Amino acid sequence: MSDNTILDVKKLSTHFFTENGVVKAVNDVSFSVSEGQTVCIVGESGCGKSVTAMSIMRLIEDPPGKIVDGEILFQDKDLIHASKKDLRRLRGNDISMIFQEPMSSLNPVLTIGEQITEPLFEHRLLTKKQAKQEAIKLIELVGIGRSNEIFHSYPHQLSGGMLQRIMIAIALSCDPLLLIADEPTTALDVTIQAQILELLKEIKEERNMSMLLITHDLGVVAEVADYVVVMYAGKVIEQGSVLDIFKDPKHPYTQGLLQSKPVLNQRKKRLYSIPGQVPNLIDLKPSCYFYDRCEHRMSICGGSIPEKMEVDDNHQVACWLYEKEEVRT
Amino acid sequence: MEETTVQTEHMAKYRKSNLWKQVFRRLVKNKMAMTGLGFLIFIFVFCMIGPFFSPYANGGVDAININQPPSAEHWLGTDALGRDVLTRLMEAGRISLTVGLGAMVMSVFIGTLLGVLAGFYQGIVDQIIMRTADVLMTIPGLPLLFIMAAVMSEWKVPAENRLYIVMVMLSIVGWSGLARLVRSQILSLREREYMHATESLGLRDRRKLFVHLLPNIVPLLIVVGTLSVGGAILSESVLSYFGLGVVPPTASWGNMINAANSLIDFQNRPWLWIPPGVAIFLTVISINLLGDGLRDAIDPKMKSR
Ligand SMILES: Nc1ncnc2c1ncn2[C@@H]1O[C@H](COP(=O)(O)OP(=O)(O)OP(=O)(O)O)[C@@H](O)[C@H]1O
Ligand code: SF4
Ligand SMILES: [Mg+2]
Repeated sequence: MSDNTILDVKKLSTHFFTENGVVKAVNDVSFSVSEGQTVCIVGESGCGKSVTAMSIMRLIEDPPGKIVDGEILFQDKDLIHASKKDLRRLRGNDISMIFQEPMSSLNPVLTIGEQITEPLFEHRLLTKKQAKQEAIKLIELVGIGRSNEIFHSYPHQLSGGMLQRIMIAIALSCDPLLLIADEPTTALDVTIQAQILELLKEIKEERNMSMLLITHDLGVVAEVADYVVVMYAGKVIEQGSVLDIFKDPKHPYTQGLLQSKPVLNQRKKRLYSIPGQVPNLIDLKPSCYFYDRCEHRMSICGGSIPEKMEVDDNHQVACWLYEKEEVRT
Repeated sequence: MEETTVQTEHMAKYRKSNLWKQVFRRLVKNKMAMTGLGFLIFIFVFCMIGPFFSPYANGGVDAININQPPSAEHWLGTDALGRDVLTRLMEAGRISLTVGLGAMVMSVFIGTLLGVLAGFYQGIVDQIIMRTADVLMTIPGLPLLFIMAAVMSEWKVPAENRLYIVMVMLSIVGWSGLARLVRSQILSLREREYMHATESLGLRDRRKLFVHLLPNIVPLLIVVGTLSVGGAILSESVLSYFGLGVVPPTASWGNMINAANSLIDFQNRPWLWIPPGVAIFLTVISINLLGDGLRDAIDPKMKSR
């Protein structure tokens, strides 16, 4: 699987330099996405999921943000040192992104058609007529009828679910290799959520596209993920195949997440909430960041940060509980 | 099947124009704005077409009939060179309206371009543009125009081309206010999520600016542009009155009033200065009424967005 890796993120650290101090939003995060694979990043609000995605797209605003360390390789191209021009060619073309809020992600004064055709002009250099035909096809592809009428309408004339379909159409317009979806269903109501997810899944399979899906909905993870990355306070605390994570979660945090509902193929709105608070990302102590909320904490946990270690094939966890095990065997 | 697609096509077109139709409907309901618009249409037709029906067109000098009061042949009398004042009023209107519109177009163009660049690129570009605008705004407009006009008088520009010089001067003085407004709109627009989305689509700056940002500021441009025509006409009149704008023999409303600058003319020959004065006054008022009406008609839509 790893020989057709599309995206390789190695030891990525993205910090925000604010007045109150350095926010370590993403801290030593590594994972990879291979061809046709769906990787899900899960975690509570504020754990750095979006910042990870934005770092990959190189959309972190500098200042205040900065990728301070690590490597991002997309098809062996180094994105961190890529030129502006190269990035522009890549975005919307090889890597596309869809956002949480479809309502505000479209320009209110431009028609849907005008917005779908833009990347086609920009990256595929189509003529006006070709672009229109292509746009109509895309609108139909994402499951909206009356494509001609939709082409000429304005965003405020469509529902949230339809707009998210349009966003997907725009993202797909240049046949990307990787689609990054940052909580694409959070702003929609439940029945629409399922439809959008189904659509993404279908299209992904049809095109053998890779997908990096960000969510805090474990139901979504169970439904679409091949591989899961669990983040906590800017760090990856566990990662593994979807089966490993659901059947045999190792980290106390993951276990907590799954505690109330570890059943596959069943959907739930919110994460089971673990008592306690996410630590402030500004002054993190050199301890396990989950220390305050962990039921299994030991003395060592309060004194040093656990390293990520392999507990199984392709299943890694950062927790002192397993360090001992590893040392023993 | 065929029919339904035609129908939906039609519906979409209807909706597309709907936004502007709403604005238009609201504008039509505004009596003041419509009065202004009505008068503007009248003055426009009057000035542009009127001279074709006048037997005195092209400034025929008539040494026998100088300074005649209004009569059946000369409805508004004649001036010191025996020219028909009514005809001259129309010809002057052509010039004054042209200068007003031309200056507006130029200053809207400059102001929009610089405002968009400043707001979008920020940093040093913004600094240079906005500091220049600040300087222009702290110097009162008229003295600045006088100085520029005095300098330009040295260049010996032929009288018939003076109006272009005046347009350029007015737009140099006039762009800064609009640039400021445009810049602040762009600053807030560029933080909208859909602008971040354009970044993630890898669009060129040119597309972001002209496809995404510009349509959002069109309402602002329409309102400010309309209102600025009035200001430009006024400034032109003042300059021409002082002999620094459009100079005779080319007529403008401003230099027509200048013809009555002696006390004797002022007291005894009111037909020389009242018509151009009234024309300036009514035109500027009408433009302001229309501009305010447009703003009111456009605003609610901008709010609902
Ligand atoms: N521009 C910024 N300046 C300072 N801090 C920031 C900035 N952007 C993000 N952060 C910080 O980075 C951390 C991670 O944010 P991120 O948006 O990645 O969270 P998330 O996991 O996507 O959460 P959510 O589920 O709510 O979307 C947060 O603590 C946030 O405060
Ligand atoms: S390292 Fe310690 S505190 Fe952290 S999760 Fe593991 S057991 Fe709990
Ligand atoms: Mg987020």
